[in-house]
Amino acid sequence: MAATKASKKSVSVPKITEETADITIVKEKLKSVAKELHEKENLHFEHLSFITAVDFGDYLELIYQFYSYKRKHSLTLRTRVLTKDLVIDSLTSIWKAADWQEREVYDLFGVKFKGHPNLKRILLAEDFPGHPLRKDFACKNDEEYILK
Amino acid sequence: MPGAKTDTIKLNIGPQHPSTHGVLYIKAELDGEIVKNAEPQLGYLHRAIEKLSENRYYHQALPAVDRCDYLCPNLNELVYCMAVEKLAGIKVAERAEYIRVIMAELHRITGHMVWAGSLVNDLGAMFTPLLYSVRDREKLLDLVEKISGSRMFPNYNRFGGVKLDIPEGWLQDVLNYIDIQEKNLVDFRNLVESEIFDVRTKGVAKLTTKQAINFGLTGPLLRATGFDWDLRRDEPYSIYDRFDFNVITEKDGDLRAIYNVRIAEVTESFKIIRQAVKDIPAGPICNKVPSPLRPDKGDCYVRIESSKGELGVYLVSDGSDKPYRLKLRTPSFCNLRAVQELVKDYKLADLIAIVGSIDIVLGDVDR
Repeated sequence: MAATKASKKSVSVPKITEETADITIVKEKLKSVAKELHEKENLHFEHLSFITAVDFGDYLELIYQFYSYKRKHSLTLRTRVLTKDLVIDSLTSIWKAADWQEREVYDLFGVKFKGHPNLKRILLAEDFPGHPLRKDFACKNDEEYILK
Repeated sequence: MPGAKTDTIKLNIGPQHPSTHGVLYIKAELDGEIVKNAEPQLGYLHRAIEKLSENRYYHQALPAVDRCDYLCPNLNELVYCMAVEKLAGIKVAERAEYIRVIMAELHRITGHMVWAGSLVNDLGAMFTPLLYSVRDREKLLDLVEKISGSRMFPNYNRFGGVKLDIPEGWLQDVLNYIDIQEKNLVDFRNLVESEIFDVRTKGVAKLTTKQAINFGLTGPLLRATGFDWDLRRDEPYSIYDRFDFNVITEKDGDLRAIYNVRIAEVTESFKIIRQAVKDIPAGPICNKVPSPLRPDKGDCYVRIESSKGELGVYLVSDGSDKPYRLKLRTPSFCNLRAVQELVKDYKLADLIAIVGSIDIVLGDVDR
């Protein structure tokens, strides 16, 4: 499997259970790795729990959480997209559950999923400016009135 | 007439239609009365809970998370607290674990009962069955008010335990409530399960296990297809491994199977609560937690079985006193996706029933 080492900048990962695996891959390999995760008999990840992203400034970390009902193990798959080039392959052809999850990430983070059949905003209005879960999107009423 | 062609028409259902359980808007394309295509449009109740939480201290996100699934607020609090506790390494007081389980199961009962009432409402049995469930929910809200001070949004769980101890006589009240609810459940079933109900629900929107898993369905919808899976038993969190209960499955995967699973689960929740009330120990209700709370750098994913399916929180900490990222994996959002595929070639009246069967709470869908 194409696993690359996470750079020092990344958040350290605590092990949740012994059956939990955590791998980081380069984004070009995402689709081939995902296909293998879904189809290989000893992996058999049939349940896609969620897809989300975390903004780290220069890059976004995309997180895919899988579970295998058959083998009773879970997997966190991480990959990075640079903020300058927010394009990545879509996984809708493998898991239908990825459809709305990817639309949500596109809506709130602006990541474009190549090959998604219906990529448009899902929670916000079509004409909403910007992508609100990015760290550079400020909350206007964000002043702290209490404490400090 | 041979060779005659009909045009499809577009119909907007919602966002203020009573059968959409809130502010769901469905763009439907109809050929006569047959649904050719239906696309849910979301976002009318989007309150940016995830973004708000990034700008608040850990404990300040609790009331916001409460407002996600407003029928079972305690389950949302529970999973958020569990995620923070895991990240910060906080232990939960023994007595509080029992109180949490009792509260969670009470909310599961009301979640299922209100769902059953509104499903029957969607099928055309106006108001009486729904009022049966709402009447019982009222008694539950009284219990929640007694213990937490608030009816709808208890804001009761805390990191390391719960906010307040049980008031005098509350456990007896819980047992009384269950006894009444158990009797009312029989009444409800006698009222609802008629021949008409069978015709409207049997064989409608059939799903296979393989499809359900690929759609990302969880909870009662998955169990109705015959798949034996419940996070409370298979990945026990809190203290669920100490209780004796069954996981209900059905074979058919249609609306009737979903109904049967949910109604049987209510009875299982009675069992769990009775055991918890019997075993509850004395002692402190909350462990000491450092303030302000600064969990170590890291991330974690915690999931529980809510009344609707897998409810999860993915939490990232950068070592500061605010969550760096809080992602709520809500079951309603993931389950609603299946509507698009399920309703094709059914009649318009079935569309309303199928949307109702999924048990969506729009607060949970839009967050």
